[in-house]
Amino acid sequence: MADREIDEPTGTATTGHSWDGIRELDTPMPRWWLWTFYATIVFAVVYMILYPAIPMIDRATQGLLGWSSRGAVQSEIEGAIANQADYRQRVANAATMQDIINDQELFQFAVSAGKSAFSVNCVQCHGMGAAGGPGYPNLQDDDWLWGGSIDDIRQTIAHGIRSDDPETRVSEMPAFGRDGILDRDQIRNVSAYVMNIAKVPPKYGDVAAGEQVFTENCAACHGDTGQGMPEMGAPALNDPIWLRVTDQDQVVAQVTSPKHGVMPAWEGRLGDTTVKELATYVYSLSGGPSATIR
Amino acid sequence: MLVYDSVDRVDAEPVNSARQRGPLYAARKKIHPKRAEGQFRRLKWIIMAVTLSIYYFAPWIRWDRGPYAPDQAILVDLANRRFYFFFIEIWPKEFYYVAGLLIMAGLGLFLITSVVGRAWCGYTCPQTVWVDLFLVVERFIEGDRNKRIALDKAPMSLDKAGKRLAKHAIWLVIAVLTGGAWIFYFADAPTLLVDVVTLQAAPVAYMTVGILTATTYVFGGFMREQVCTYMCPWPRIQAAMLDENSLTVTYNDWRGEPRSRHQKKATAAGLPVGDCVDCNACVVVCPMGIDIREGQQMECITCALCIDACDSVMDKTGRERGLISYATLSDYNANMALASDETGTIRPSQVRDAQTGRLKPNFVAFRWREMVRPRTLIYFGLWALVGIAMLISLATRERLEASVQHDRNPVYVRLSDGSIRNGYTVRISNMLTEPRVFRVSVQGLPQAEMTIPNRRIEADGAALIEVPADRVQTLRVLVSQPMAAIAGERQDFRIDVADTAGSDATSVGAAFDAPAKTR
Repeated sequence: MADREIDEPTGTATTGHSWDGIRELDTPMPRWWLWTFYATIVFAVVYMILYPAIPMIDRATQGLLGWSSRGAVQSEIEGAIANQADYRQRVANAATMQDIINDQELFQFAVSAGKSAFSVNCVQCHGMGAAGGPGYPNLQDDDWLWGGSIDDIRQTIAHGIRSDDPETRVSEMPAFGRDGILDRDQIRNVSAYVMNIAKVPPKYGDVAAGEQVFTENCAACHGDTGQGMPEMGAPALNDPIWLRVTDQDQVVAQVTSPKHGVMPAWEGRLGDTTVKELATYVYSLSGGPSATIR
Repeated sequence: MLVYDSVDRVDAEPVNSARQRGPLYAARKKIHPKRAEGQFRRLKWIIMAVTLSIYYFAPWIRWDRGPYAPDQAILVDLANRRFYFFFIEIWPKEFYYVAGLLIMAGLGLFLITSVVGRAWCGYTCPQTVWVDLFLVVERFIEGDRNKRIALDKAPMSLDKAGKRLAKHAIWLVIAVLTGGAWIFYFADAPTLLVDVVTLQAAPVAYMTVGILTATTYVFGGFMREQVCTYMCPWPRIQAAMLDENSLTVTYNDWRGEPRSRHQKKATAAGLPVGDCVDCNACVVVCPMGIDIREGQQMECITCALCIDACDSVMDKTGRERGLISYATLSDYNANMALASDETGTIRPSQVRDAQTGRLKPNFVAFRWREMVRPRTLIYFGLWALVGIAMLISLATRERLEASVQHDRNPVYVRLSDGSIRNGYTVRISNMLTEPRVFRVSVQGLPQAEMTIPNRRIEADGAALIEVPADRVQTLRVLVSQPMAAIAGERQDFRIDVADTAGSDATSVGAAFDAPAKTR
């Protein structure tokens, strides 16, 4: 020790190394620092015993506590569900949908809950913003195939359309062309009439003759003026909102050999409470009472 | 024949030779600070009382905010994401006030450090204050320095065990109270106290108390100066902020040296004698266990207790106070130049008047104007600027805010009568602690019709929306216009939000999108 070089200002020994005259101090570590280091080793060993740690061939060691990140997420989800239990119960207890509408706070909860259920179950067809697409109705607008009151919406979601549910909504448009009910000219004329009541100039056909065909064959379901009939799921034809067609040729095709949309029944899959929430959300999209079918 | 003389012997040694190897680890040398008395000790008692009182009692101050907000003056409400400080309430989006406070704290630290060195460390740092408190307990139970050293050396006995037990018990009580006080800043204090005592409080509360109890007990009772020297980055940062005009605790060796324990004998022998009687009073009071006479050291927290200790010795020896004093490096250098001869040796004869025996008057003492220099002025200016900016911002901040977000999918919806509708998410923040009713209306689209799901629209087309106290209300606002009113693919308009009971109002811009061509 006697030969150790001592740094004058600090009084500390140096390592003896010198780089261009700069020498490194050999300050001893504080002993508690060493203990802290040992403590971290002990911590690591205990941690490895208690928690998943060592990768094995197909999975890591499980740890004595049985903790897993998947399990942690699961318990967080359960906690979140438990936190909502009170509201969910209130939604479940609501005898009518009007009870939910009348309770501003419950309405907000139902809209939020319905939105997340919608994002999981409905966006595949109706789109993320519920704007639909060809063949899949836009839920944001005020045109409803099967009625836009909140009870109608709930019924549609719960039991579906042309689904295998016994209470499903079901209707079928006759295949006027394929089954030979109307001939080619009649179909062309009625398509011209349909274009006309939708305020789009027809490309071909006789509107006056078409009106005759319409009154005899179509008005029973679509209404005298083509205003539609939600009870039958018959769309209004006299507005600019068309579900499936974009031009007169497609009107002809639909009259000749109609396509029918199908929607699954959700009550069996999601339960009554979630269906109520979904109905509230869909109802809120179109703005509520002022925007139901006029 | 071998010729040994032809081989030169080189004088070298491996750097890791057993002779050279030092210890890798050094055990802590226990420090037994002696009680100091004097003006700085008194100042430290006052600061200790004030800071501890603030810490322990601040959460118990009540402040009435009406029925819709907590009545605790200082409350960090993490669950509801609100921070209350007397008449100020801060929402998470106003967190920049906290950033501003941190900037002020940083600049304040620069300012203080450039003026008086490590004053934070020496007087107000929680580590210093709590170690001081723990030392009071230690001194009360075990006696002052010499008794404590003796007790440490004494073999275990009933008396020693009793003293140790009492000391650690009181330390633990202080530690628990310290950890306990912390949680009251985060919840209603009286309610939480009852919950904690009846074991009804959240686990995180007990964990927090436990962790802070452990840190207080270990840091205050055992680690002490080790925290400052090894764990804290502050000393190293602050040391870099000192300059030659910063006040630091300084041993004035220009009047202290040559030190002598036998002043009379040395004086009689005609030897030069300085003021320092080498009594080590400055060393024994030092909580860091250093000798200030070796100059500024990293360990020194500038608690100034050595000044008190030395002053009382100077009083006894009949010399002027201030052998150890707050002094700047430039003053010290000036005094040193006056006290030394050409060879740099300190000459006590140049320091003291031969007739009166007093210090010669030409030595520089502290002058207040040294505190005022460009560096401190800039720090103070910046500090004040941030403070004033925050005050102005606080005084003029809005307590009503609204934002609007246009639906992206779909951008517009065509309705059955041919009109076009756009959807918006409007958020109204009522940042007052009372419920308010706001009138929400569309401005700039004369024919527009506004609907809000499940809300009544008044005859004038506006909606009255009640927003609970201190809450954000999210609304889905639908705006529709007949085709005839639509001018272009994008029309700018405003959504006005006005307090029906007061003058508070705001307005946010939005755009109405429509298809380029209509069918």
